[in-house]
Amino acid sequence: MAMIASDIEALIRDAFPDAKIAIEDLAGDGDHWSASVESAAFAGRSRVQQHQMVYAALKGRVGGELHALALQTSAPK
Amino acid sequence: MSNPAEPRIVAEITENPVMLYMKGNALMPQCGFSARVVAILNHMKVPFKTANVLEDPLLREGIKQYANWPTVPQLYVKGEFVGGCDIVTEMYQSGELETLLAEKEIAHG
Repeated sequence: MAMIASDIEALIRDAFPDAKIAIEDLAGDGDHWSASVESAAFAGRSRVQQHQMVYAALKGRVGGELHALALQTSAPK
Repeated sequence: MSNPAEPRIVAEITENPVMLYMKGNALMPQCGFSARVVAILNHMKVPFKTANVLEDPLLREGIKQYANWPTVPQLYVKGEFVGGCDIVTEMYQSGELETLLAEKEIAHG
């Protein structure tokens, strides 16, 4: 069962309550998503760490149920 | 949790300054994300070695565990995990990949 944008956003929101989140269905198939997440929690973390934090928020779905998620993370400027 | 692929991974990322774990190989990538990283490395004329996770289920699981990273491709430079497709693309576009290669003294075009 493919995920929907609001599920992805809710999981990210749980972990990063302050985040600005934009989710896009890249292929219109509910299977290839892009997410951009801006949160103060990312300040001082490397890109790898920032993405690991988002993957953790998505609780093992990335690479499985969530087949493809192009991710862009940043801390507020 | 034990990771039977770990000795192999450690040996490969130690022996090969630029090591890419991917689906397929550099000539025939079998996934668009892997293909993109190959294209970037080729474009930068970086010599690199690849391992095909589709040929080895233990490696496919093991590499995810090793880097605590859920997806393939995964790029390693001098033994250090750099990132997956999104991060490599961002770093290429911003010039950081060039800087990293220079810092790690990886010859490239």
